[in-house]
Amino acid sequence: MKCCLVVDDSKVIRKVARRILEEMNFQIMEAVDGQDALEQCLQEAPDVILLDWNMPVMNGIDFLRSLRERAEIKQPVVVFCTTENDMAHIRTAMEAGANEYIMKPFDREIIEAKFSQVGLM
Amino acid sequence: MKPEDFQLLSDLLKRRSGLQLSPEKGYLLESRLTPLARKRGLEGLDELIAEIRNTRDETLMRDVTEAMTTNESFFFRDNTPFDLFRNHVLPGLRECRKDRKHIRIWCAACSTGQEPYSLAMILKEQQATLPGWRFEIVGTDLSPKVLDKAKQGVYSQFEVQRGLPIQLLMKYFEQTGEMWQLTDQIRQMVTYKEFNLLDPFDALGKFDVIYCRNVLIYFDQPTKTQILDRMRAQIPADGTLFLGAAETVLGITDVFKPVRGQRGMYIPADSPALAQPAAAIA
Ligand SMILES: C[S@@+](CC[C@H](N)C(=O)[O-])C[C@H]1O[C@@H](n2cnc3c(N)ncnc32)[C@H](O)[C@@H]1O
Repeated sequence: MKCCLVVDDSKVIRKVARRILEEMNFQIMEAVDGQDALEQCLQEAPDVILLDWNMPVMNGIDFLRSLRERAEIKQPVVVFCTTENDMAHIRTAMEAGANEYIMKPFDREIIEAKFSQVGLM
Repeated sequence: MKPEDFQLLSDLLKRRSGLQLSPEKGYLLESRLTPLARKRGLEGLDELIAEIRNTRDETLMRDVTEAMTTNESFFFRDNTPFDLFRNHVLPGLRECRKDRKHIRIWCAACSTGQEPYSLAMILKEQQATLPGWRFEIVGTDLSPKVLDKAKQGVYSQFEVQRGLPIQLLMKYFEQTGEMWQLTDQIRQMVTYKEFNLLDPFDALGKFDVIYCRNVLIYFDQPTKTQILDRMRAQIPADGTLFLGAAETVLGITDVFKPVRGQRGMYIPADSPALAQPAAAIA
């Protein structure tokens, strides 16, 4: 079973994502911001991270940049999942090492399409 | 709905588009034609049917036919038919067509354009390996409404997230407000034409590859057979046909054969590939 870390400061979004991903047979971990996510990745890296952009403490893009610098972490696939829906944000995310990009709102169909894009299904 | 009303509509649809409507799907008439009736200032389906019966108005019958088609489509739908094109069909054509350096593709029920544009993006990505080649993609559909959208090449955020890799969105789309428009370089690769699959194909010319996906599924068996048989005449023996995931030639026609291990891909029964022992058919 593949493991997905859902990083989002919204409890509702985490809950929705968890439901969809569990239906897709993923084991779920949750983090409330980038700092929390980084700490969890140092303990045990997930296979994939579903990553929000705007969060308190440490935002998604800063988290992604620190994650990609940490040679000691087994690098997961990172799929952004954010309301930032313009080309500039998409480019920034991809340059920082994201593998795919979802513009909210999302549903199961979009998550499945994007996950299969990066070879997770 | 009265049986004679159902009969009137299902005959009309069958004759004009090939659509076979079983009585269990009768509810679709209600849900799809009521909005059309309202748009024409009529109260509902019964009045619409009366108007068809009394006037046989061409525009009305056209609108009814168009309203009953299913137009759903998305980029790189089912992936496999596009992977096969990139990894099998195109390398084959690069060899067989190296003198002519010209490839023609027909998307036979292209709806809002995602299928022909997916192929256009694949070809654009491969262009560096095919210098001096000309690619022609022809997208046809019965419905002028979907063709208008296809020509504009403008898609919603939802539509560009179903099947389109983010790298291709970045490369070949421009954002206009909430919508995403394909760049001219991709749009120019596709020509659209209003065309009914029940009509003769001759005027369309010959093709190397035909995509006829998720449309035959709505037709009865004799209609499927005659369309596939006539499609055979539009491609050479080394041409390729792609059907939708729920469609097949088996039990429908002998002029095409499935290619073993390549889902959705069919080649003419007299294809040179079948003469080689390695490429055994399913
Ligand atoms: C579900 S869409 C398929 C789109 C695309 N090929 C795909 O697989 O995603 C089916 C299309 O077939 C068109 N269609 C239905 N009957 C037709 C006919 N007799 N001739 C041409 N197009 C037809 C409809 O207008 C509709 O756009």
